[in-house]
Amino acid sequence: MARAKKRRDEAQPAQPRRARKPIVELRDVTKVYPGGHMALDRVSLAIDRGEFAFLVGPTGCGKSTLIKLLIRELTATEGSVSIAGRDIDTLSEKKTPHLRRNIGTVFQDFKLLPDRTVFDNVAYALQVLGASRAEVREKVGETLRLVGLSTKLHSFPDQLSGGEQQRVAIARAFVNHPPLLLADEPSGNLDPITSIGVMQLLYRINKTGTTVIVVTHDREMVDNMRRRVIELYEGRVVRDEVSGGYTEESTTEFGLRMRAEMGVGPEGQTNGHDAHERLF
Amino acid sequence: MSQLFFFIQEAFRALRRNAAPSMAAIVTTVVTVVLLGVLIPIFQTAQSKSEEVRDSLEFRVAVYDDATKSEIDALRGDLEGIPHVASVEFITKAEALAELENDLGKAKSEDLLTQLRDNPLPRNFAVKADDAANLEAVRAAVTPPGPNGKPQPISPIIPAEDPTFDRREDAQKIEQVTSALKIVLTVITALLIVASLMLVGNTIRLSIYTRRREVEVMRLVGATRWFIRWPFMIEGVVVGFAGGLMAILTLWLGKITIIDPLGDTISFLAAQNNSTLSFPALAAILFGAAVLVSAIGSGVTLRRFLKV
Repeated sequence: MARAKKRRDEAQPAQPRRARKPIVELRDVTKVYPGGHMALDRVSLAIDRGEFAFLVGPTGCGKSTLIKLLIRELTATEGSVSIAGRDIDTLSEKKTPHLRRNIGTVFQDFKLLPDRTVFDNVAYALQVLGASRAEVREKVGETLRLVGLSTKLHSFPDQLSGGEQQRVAIARAFVNHPPLLLADEPSGNLDPITSIGVMQLLYRINKTGTTVIVVTHDREMVDNMRRRVIELYEGRVVRDEVSGGYTEESTTEFGLRMRAEMGVGPEGQTNGHDAHERLF
Repeated sequence: MSQLFFFIQEAFRALRRNAAPSMAAIVTTVVTVVLLGVLIPIFQTAQSKSEEVRDSLEFRVAVYDDATKSEIDALRGDLEGIPHVASVEFITKAEALAELENDLGKAKSEDLLTQLRDNPLPRNFAVKADDAANLEAVRAAVTPPGPNGKPQPISPIIPAEDPTFDRREDAQKIEQVTSALKIVLTVITALLIVASLMLVGNTIRLSIYTRRREVEVMRLVGATRWFIRWPFMIEGVVVGFAGGLMAILTLWLGKITIIDPLGDTISFLAAQNNSTLSFPALAAILFGAAVLVSAIGSGVTLRRFLKV
């Protein structure tokens, strides 16, 4: 952990640690696509370190555009996007990979490399940093234990269930212990039980201090989790509220409550396939 | 150093995992290199052959039978002084007869000569130009137009009527044909080189296109451009190396089994051994080109997918 923190500071030397600036800050961000479609309309928001935030809204409301702005796959037409106090619009193209190394990303379609084993998929995120073999072995093993896949090191993605593949993707996003983790519809392709498992995993990652932003349109899930919710509608923020009450619960409490509220029932009643995945 | 090892490992893993596109790339390289390996010597041989034909282009300057030796020597000096004259050779009556016999066949020429009783062939100079294109200019210099507008030979020992004649009537035709052949061969070779480059480029593009998702994921986890590019380029080098090696082997087998045995009997093939690039030089050039093209091709094609 200490080592990961050190690297984080090296990658972003401009960031004054004591200032505690919001990890994500958007100021009057407007994004107009070349066709003239306005995806985001003067969006301003700030997300602090260690927060767990949901980004919700119907299809086409600008959620994905916002995520793409954060990883600098797109740049804002107007306004500024800052990550950890650094305006990423002014970031050179050469520096973009360094930004991405500090942001873990998880997608609905997992985006795993099909010709690599579970181990190699997770290891790749460390190899791009030039990590040594020993370091790769240690960290990948540790992270795969965290997500509950230590028995599937040598499986290929197509040999895994959807839930397992998403756990690999989460492991890859987190292996580097980034300060920020973005999840774009992480449970979009998964059944409710598996979805809770994935959310529980993200919650656990959040507990280690990583800021987690989850994009979803699963209203029930969002309401039950009782975290900060930012709702977008036609490119504008229409709701940004923190519904508290359970903020200090442990991962286990979180999991139990989620299952109860979503009506999934106790563990014995699950479909069995994903039951062994749950470690918490 | 460990980074380099990682890239090489990645390249070979990709080749193994994408066996079909890799094979396609190698086969394309083999076909292209073999094609070029056959075509380049053919082109070179044809060129040197056509130059040989051009070299033999000459015309003759007839000399009166009563010309003295000093007059003939003076004329030789004059002919040699004309610009673009490559060589001047004196042909005696006996040599002229031998040429005729050679052209017509012994029986026919003897038959002809018995009717004439005597050797009617004039002594003459064989004048060769340095280039076929200059042949007519040299001829005109031997018989410049006189004051009355008619051609006036430069020496009195040259007959005013028919001062020059061609041993080969179709000299001009040959010249035209060889230059046309040269143009056609140049065009074909150029087209084939362009076509094979496009073929190699297309194969590379196809194999990268099937892996654009992979590249996308690599970028997502923060791989730099060169980190993504190196394995692809090493892959290109391996493909070029394997394809080039197989092609050179094919060419070499073809050379020792087909070309070399035939070279003894067919002069066109034998000419290849003397006047064109040696086989090792050709092999080295083709091999180097195969490796370079596929490595640079991979790197350049990848650029499209590396945009942030």
